[in-house]
Amino acid sequence: MRSIGFLMVFVTMVSCKPGEQSISNSFVDYEMAKPHQLLSTSYSDIPVYSFDEFEKLLKVHSQKTYVVNFWATWCKPCVKEIPEFEKLQNTYGDQQVEVVLVSLDFPNKVESQLLPFVENLNLKSQVILLDDPNQNRWIPKIDKDWSGAIPATLIFNADRREFYEKSFTFMSLEAELQDFLN
Amino acid sequence: MNTIRMLLVLMAVSGLFAFSPPDHRAEGYSIGDIAADFSLKNVNGDMISLSDFGNAKGFLVIFTCNSCPYANAYEQRIIDLDRKYKSSGVPVIAINPNNPKFRPEDSFENMQRRAQEKSYTFPYLMDQKQEVFPLYGAKRTPHCFLLEKTNSGNIVRYIGAIDDNYQDAGEVEVNYVEDAIEAMLEGRKIEIEITKAIGCSIK
Repeated sequence: MRSIGFLMVFVTMVSCKPGEQSISNSFVDYEMAKPHQLLSTSYSDIPVYSFDEFEKLLKVHSQKTYVVNFWATWCKPCVKEIPEFEKLQNTYGDQQVEVVLVSLDFPNKVESQLLPFVENLNLKSQVILLDDPNQNRWIPKIDKDWSGAIPATLIFNADRREFYEKSFTFMSLEAELQDFLN
Repeated sequence: MNTIRMLLVLMAVSGLFAFSPPDHRAEGYSIGDIAADFSLKNVNGDMISLSDFGNAKGFLVIFTCNSCPYANAYEQRIIDLDRKYKSSGVPVIAINPNNPKFRPEDSFENMQRRAQEKSYTFPYLMDQKQEVFPLYGAKRTPHCFLLEKTNSGNIVRYIGAIDDNYQDAGEVEVNYVEDAIEAMLEGRKIEIEITKAIGCSIK
């Protein structure tokens, strides 16, 4: 019995060894979830997902902590806090934390609003466009208490999952993240 | 013995918390609640209350505004809903819940302009003190509350979105609000009473 315990610890240690993860641990994984379109800025790709595909990425698939922010360029409080999330990515990116910015922009505003916005801010965080109009079907799957108002943020890793229907500052975001890292 | 007494006290205390009534002011209305009336200023300067509509069978109260792209996407559908159901006794009552200090586009003057440009056939009221939307529990624009007028008050029958496709009215599969109104008017059970949708948070 004890040897099985040891074996499990050993396996876990091996699989956690840094630099040896052959499976991609970024949030977006084209093999795991297929985008139905790929938008491009001059320096990055923005996959466009239906909810069913996007949902596959919300399953824990690495040791990382994911900070998934729901926003849109038309949402003023969202736009205001984007630099805070970007700062979180820059500060914690090397500590197994990944920020994902899930845009809920209207598909017909992508060229005129979303792409220029991402380009202007030179966002390093992963941006996704979630294009699924049947919102009543998918909003409760993110969180049963979410009213649908944005900004909203989901933080999750293998041990915890928390949803926040509110705005963040860098400090309040960092405070929440600490609970996931300790 | 002492520990048992402690446990009993603890259980009693936690029981108190468990059974304390939910805070409705924070949560807003649920299906079946009686919705409060209000007196709010319309774009034409009149003060409007639900009690002014003597012949109404109900009301479609929609928290909406000028500045939100979702509200804009649904604007024509709101006008159409009023055209379709006012004559059946269920008029649209639109309320702008936003503070123009944060959303200048939602000022009273801009509301007047919008109502005139788009020929609104329904009252477009300003929640000036921002007291009505928290009472109802509106969280975003547009956010609909269908009320049925009864002898005991205006009962909340449906809360949520207008339909299931904000992008394209032609692609709608389920007309939540229309289905709810039709059922209410025919005295049938409303199949879908609550729906969720993305919208602009109220400021």
